[in-house]
Amino acid sequence: MTDNAIIRLEAITKFYGEFQALQETTTEIRRGEFFSLLGPSGCGKTTLLRTIAGFEQPSGGVVYIEDKPMTDVPANKRPTNMVFQSYAIFPHMSVEENVAYGLKARKLPKAEIAAKVAEAIEMVGLKGFGGRASHALSGGQRQRVALARALVLKPKVLLLDEPLSALDKKMREQMQTELRRLQRAVGITFILVTHDQEEALTMSDRIAVMFDGEIAQIDTPQGLYRRPNSRRVAQFIGVMNFMACTNKGETETGYNVDIAGLGPVSVPKDQAPAGVVEGMKAAIRPEMLTILDANEKSAFVTPARVSEVYYYGDMTYYDVRFDGHDENVTISMRNTAGRGTLSAGDTARVGWGVDSVLLLP
Amino acid sequence: MFKGKIFGIFIGFFLVFLYAPTLLLPIFAFNDSSIVSFPLKGFTTEWFGVLWNTSPLHVAAKNSVMIAITAATLSTILGTLAARAGTRYKFAGKKPALAFIMLPMVLPEIIIGVSLLVVIIQLGMTLSLWSIILGHVLICTPFSIAILNGAFMNLDQSLEEASFDLGMSRLKTFWLITIPLVLPGLISSMLIAFTISLDEFIIAFFLAGTEPTLPVYIWGQLRFPAKLPSLMALGTILLVLSLLLLGLAEYFRRRGAKRTGQMNTGGFI
Amino acid sequence: MIAGWRRWRKSEAAQGMLLLSPTFLFAVVLLAAPLIMVLSLSFWTQNYLDLDKTFTLDNYKTAWGAPIYQTLMARSLKISLLVTMFTVLLAFPVAYYVSFRVRPERKSLWIFLITIPFWTSYLMRIFLWKVILGYNGVVNGSLLATGIIETPLSFILYNQNAVVLTLGHAWIPFAILPIYVALEKIDRSLLEAAEDLGDGPIRRFTRVTLPLAMPGVMAATVIVFIPTIGDYVTPRLVGGPNGLMIANMIELQFKKANNAPLGAALALSAMLIVSVIAALFVFLNRKYLKGPE
Repeated sequence: MTDNAIIRLEAITKFYGEFQALQETTTEIRRGEFFSLLGPSGCGKTTLLRTIAGFEQPSGGVVYIEDKPMTDVPANKRPTNMVFQSYAIFPHMSVEENVAYGLKARKLPKAEIAAKVAEAIEMVGLKGFGGRASHALSGGQRQRVALARALVLKPKVLLLDEPLSALDKKMREQMQTELRRLQRAVGITFILVTHDQEEALTMSDRIAVMFDGEIAQIDTPQGLYRRPNSRRVAQFIGVMNFMACTNKGETETGYNVDIAGLGPVSVPKDQAPAGVVEGMKAAIRPEMLTILDANEKSAFVTPARVSEVYYYGDMTYYDVRFDGHDENVTISMRNTAGRGTLSAGDTARVGWGVDSVLLLP
Repeated sequence: MFKGKIFGIFIGFFLVFLYAPTLLLPIFAFNDSSIVSFPLKGFTTEWFGVLWNTSPLHVAAKNSVMIAITAATLSTILGTLAARAGTRYKFAGKKPALAFIMLPMVLPEIIIGVSLLVVIIQLGMTLSLWSIILGHVLICTPFSIAILNGAFMNLDQSLEEASFDLGMSRLKTFWLITIPLVLPGLISSMLIAFTISLDEFIIAFFLAGTEPTLPVYIWGQLRFPAKLPSLMALGTILLVLSLLLLGLAEYFRRRGAKRTGQMNTGGFI
Repeated sequence: MIAGWRRWRKSEAAQGMLLLSPTFLFAVVLLAAPLIMVLSLSFWTQNYLDLDKTFTLDNYKTAWGAPIYQTLMARSLKISLLVTMFTVLLAFPVAYYVSFRVRPERKSLWIFLITIPFWTSYLMRIFLWKVILGYNGVVNGSLLATGIIETPLSFILYNQNAVVLTLGHAWIPFAILPIYVALEKIDRSLLEAAEDLGDGPIRRFTRVTLPLAMPGVMAATVIVFIPTIGDYVTPRLVGGPNGLMIANMIELQFKKANNAPLGAALALSAMLIVSVIAALFVFLNRKYLKGPE
């Protein structure tokens, strides 16, 4: 175990009656990192977070925080604090009283509490809101109060349960930057639960992707995006094209495959995380395919017919058809100056390289 | 369907039907006649004076109030425990246990009166006000649970978790967070249980020893025509009292809802 | 193994059970145990003040066999059913009115108004119906004054009709509330969708509103039917000799007639009949309506 680890999960499982919410999970979270648990609804990410917080008791295994086992430590005595999905701002208290709540539990002197509360309120950008009644706050303001209330206690780990899901798009993007900034400013480990992969990619140092109660892959955002280890992870993070491929042999450095629509190619072994398996597909990101201008060159060029065009202003997405592959393949192109757009029905020359091809099980 | 004006007239008749007996109370309470029937004979307050001077009435009233306060408190406490268990926890046998506790709500009171009477006599105990209190708690607790279920379900569970997470003990969480936020429900439960107990007749009739409750006293007086006008006065007082209590309850409920910013969706029901 | 017990003790299930136990035990001690004692009592015999505890079915034979009790039971059932029908039929339009015709901010006021009469003394209310329906009462007085009749009506009091009317009046709020709650829960956009798809107002009512309100109607039926069968005060005050119900007889057995075992047998028999009918009703409804539960 690295001694940089602030949280260690050892063989954690969780059953609700017959239903297994968490498969045996062993992993660690490093001090000072912004760590995200990412996955679809019901994958167990919130259960895992609540197990770390102490609101759920694992059916098996041990949670270690700073190397101390937390099995007999109730949630109110752990060095963690949580920001709940509904923010859980106490409706019968003002902003100040909310933020001061945890400090009151520690029985600190009044003057000290007041000073810390003021500091925390300012840190989250709510200066002057101290006396406001909590039901008079907007969603974004409530979230800041929840953050201030938790951070004022200087926990070792801050746990956030889908904190941005209740906000509208603009507010969400604003808060994403805010949270990142805040985390860097206070230097505490943040563990965030979210189902929004964009959110996780933007804010995290590392992400654990979870499906059906287990961690499918842990990596940095770039690692997950560029080197997903399975089709499921690849589909969950960003958009991915999949094409059938047949195995044609193996060399020392690569696998020879025939990709439907694109033709034969030799894929380097480190781009096939599971080797060659039955039913594997070739995977390539939309931005790794280019619609070439008349004079442009590329390592591989394959002709295609454009079936749909989606214009987004700064980007254009093309659905194209290759000969030999029955489904649309998505290509994303930035609308830079000088580059024209095609229309449905046009033919195109699609350029691509072998270093962007993955073989996924 | 149920078109406009005819419907309105129907509702009007309904309200007349509904209020007919109630409206008669103040009318005959102030009627200057010792016979309770039409035609009316003039205004008087002497019947209220008669009440003031009837000491058995005062004794019965005192008994009733004492019973009602005790029963309301006990059933609110039991109801709070049960409502919390029902809304927050999952365990085997929860539904049947709760169904059993709620049973008195649909049992005829005479069955309850009869069975308690049998038990008390079989055990060789004497009937007293406490027998009545226990019977009343039995029938009031289901109402208390019904009211508090709503209060607890409206309470966001993560509020209590947040309090715990921030370092408070479970007891402190209960005191600082749970109680203030379900307070309107608690008050509501107390008031409704109080009212039910105050007015309850059959169980008190079966279980009253030598000390009657107010309804039992009234029952005893009903056969004497001379006492009727003063009984009308008593009924009027009880009506005004109930309305005041209910008005108070509604006031507190709205104030509580405003303070916690909850929606004002309508009364206790 | 001990760790397992400890883990369970701290668990949610254990805490929940512990929390419920005081109330549950209270109900067991004060309801279950007494009911069981009543059951045992119904198999004994009472000789003046002594109890003969030899097992006998005589009380039940009398309760089910003797014509007087059969009549009484049948009459109580009939009255209860009439009251239930009367209240539910009257309650539905009223509940509909408040739910669909009253402005939202006024709804709680209306519900408040409907429940106010409930807060007057029950005894007083029954007695006042006596005043209204009596020989010199309000109804006769006004009918005479307006010349509609020449001699006072005597069939409106001291009979079963009076009992049905009075009981119905007393229990109306209990019928209105569950129906109102069910109607309030109906998603108004369902009705809009039905209208959009071509249903007129009557079809919208029979195809959307009524089925979705059924759980409330069922609840109202059970809430009114079961307790009214055991009512004591109303038959006593306004029933006259032919309006007495089973509860009056039960009280008689326990007090003056010194035959508690028979009283117990009567009480339990009445409860049995009522529960069977109510269960049958709920079962039939569930089977044929298949509405939301």
